[in-house]
Amino acid sequence: MAGPEANVTAGPDSDGRAPMQGGINLAEVVKESAIAAGIAGLLSLPLLGLHAANVGAQLLLRTRWELFFAAVAVVFVGRFVLALFRDRRKRPSHGPSAFDRTLHVIHERMLVIGIVALVAAVILPFTEWGGDRYIIYTATTFLIYVMLGWGLNIVVGLAGLLDLGYVAFYAVGAYCYALIATHFGWSFWVVLPLSGLFAAFFGVILGFPVLRLRGDYLAIVTLGFGEIVRVILINWYDVTNGPDGIIGIPRITFFGIEFRRGEGTFADLFGLDFSALHVMVFLYFVILVLAVITNLFTQRMRKLPTGRAWEALREDEIACRSLGINPTNVKLSAFALGAMFGGFAGSFFSVRAGFISPESFTFIESAIILAIVVLGGMGSQLGVVIAAAFVVVMPEVFRQFEQYRMLMFGGAMVLIMVWRPRGLLAFRSPTILMHPKDGKKTIVLKKEGA
Amino acid sequence: MLEVRGVHTFYGQIEALKGVDISVEEGEIVTLIGSNGAGKTTLLMTICGNPRASRGQVLFEGEDITQVPTHHLVERGIAQSPEGRRIFSRMTVMENLQMGALRTGAAHFDKDLDMVFDLFPRLKERRDQRGGTLSGGEQQMLAIARALMSRPRLLLLDEPSLGLAPMVVRQIFDVIREINRSEGMTVFLVEQNAFHALKLAHRAYVMVNGRITLAGTGAELLANPEIRAAYLEGGH
Repeated sequence: MAGPEANVTAGPDSDGRAPMQGGINLAEVVKESAIAAGIAGLLSLPLLGLHAANVGAQLLLRTRWELFFAAVAVVFVGRFVLALFRDRRKRPSHGPSAFDRTLHVIHERMLVIGIVALVAAVILPFTEWGGDRYIIYTATTFLIYVMLGWGLNIVVGLAGLLDLGYVAFYAVGAYCYALIATHFGWSFWVVLPLSGLFAAFFGVILGFPVLRLRGDYLAIVTLGFGEIVRVILINWYDVTNGPDGIIGIPRITFFGIEFRRGEGTFADLFGLDFSALHVMVFLYFVILVLAVITNLFTQRMRKLPTGRAWEALREDEIACRSLGINPTNVKLSAFALGAMFGGFAGSFFSVRAGFISPESFTFIESAIILAIVVLGGMGSQLGVVIAAAFVVVMPEVFRQFEQYRMLMFGGAMVLIMVWRPRGLLAFRSPTILMHPKDGKKTIVLKKEGA
Repeated sequence: MLEVRGVHTFYGQIEALKGVDISVEEGEIVTLIGSNGAGKTTLLMTICGNPRASRGQVLFEGEDITQVPTHHLVERGIAQSPEGRRIFSRMTVMENLQMGALRTGAAHFDKDLDMVFDLFPRLKERRDQRGGTLSGGEQQMLAIARALMSRPRLLLLDEPSLGLAPMVVRQIFDVIREINRSEGMTVFLVEQNAFHALKLAHRAYVMVNGRITLAGTGAELLANPEIRAAYLEGGH
């Protein structure tokens, strides 16, 4: 959004904040920092300053003034620096910053970057990193989140329906495969589409009661829905085995050929030495294909009437009605399709893990997936990939910092939101251009119905 | 073509329309004027079924549409440019126009696009620009153009002059007259800008407190001393 209009703000009309222009108003800044430090002091007195210690059978109250003063000092200095920095930013802007420009270039070269990323993803297992189980495992986890992010992007990014219970569909997909496979022995390849359908059905079930809701109200109901599903999984012991979860979920097969030692197995058939890595690499490719399908599907939908209607609905429901769009169908289709991809991903999750329990489907999962969509920039497909990389890979990279890694992760997330309040790639690409660079018209309109 | 018979509409306990009768014949421009809060927009919205009339009937081409869901009206040939324009601000001009053609106009999209761009050359210049970056006047043009893309037989316009400079208002009203003359489009126009609306319209209704108090041709009402005192000389 930091377009060229930012250049126009030069001139003497920069309203009544003249004192801020030359030097910084030091007294103001110090006062502000002192207030922040005071609040930090109030908070950290019971949290850091006082410490209950068990000495023998006694509970003693110890004071830790050094920690308390450190916290106050950190907040004071931090606030001071932030205020200086902020006041500097209030000066007339000289156009978009280098960071903004970089992101804009990324946005404009989206297709090229996407293809490069895809090629890199395909050759990754065949490079020297491909021999590292940890890297393949993390990359697979990353792709699961990319896929979930893209799925939720349909609901939140395109249709603008804030869904805090997305993990419910992930759980439905996971339990769908786990239950059918353990009870009936059906193959993953048969159950995969089923779990997508089943999750889509749950999407519609959630969709109906929330048709009239928007914004905060919708968020609360979807949050509740996510919890209901989890609570059912915990308590319906006869079916779901409750909190113990389901163990011994059949592993994935190479379209019917097992990954084991011995005759007629994958390694045998392809004349390879058996390695546990084969199945991991195969899983990696399965989720890669699933994720790419999710992406292509969404890209295609955006150009079709239904997908167009999602985006229109996000902007103005009344206008949509006046143009003959039925908001009910549009919302339900968004919920159903978003849920379907969540179901696919869930089914993949359970075949990879071999064990699932309700603990894997807590609210924090929904929050992480939503964070990926929001950090990436609502509706941006490439943004989801970058954000998923950040959310999944960052905690891994920070592993050496041990207990501080989540702190650093949280801090990095706050910084992104300070710099890019609307997400990393908060640009929306038009689905139709009259004069694209290659000179082709890209109108896609269906004749009737849909 | 459009007939409203004895319509009452409530917002909760408040009766916003207290028995309204109007009719619009094919090929006419009919305007409804009145001050703030008189119930003009409510009448337009009631015709669209949101909110529904609690008593009375709305007929379109002889069929009762009182209970028809709002989103089915486009298929019957009624297009609406709602109050406050409500264009899709993140979408480009072209995408907005496509949204208008989504239900009924897809087959003749290119032809209709030319027609709309002839009426509003400005939109042609700005077709790849985001709706939200257009000026107020251009946004209003886009709202009308988007409504036209569905090939309606009846066009409902809610305060197209809202918040626009006098010169832009004149432009927009010229286009409405043009659509009516060349395409034979029937237009029902709700306006506060009584002077321009009455000059444009074949017939007009005046609404006060949820009731129609006066009706006549545009010229008659323009000459009416009561109207002049209430709506025209007060600064419009």
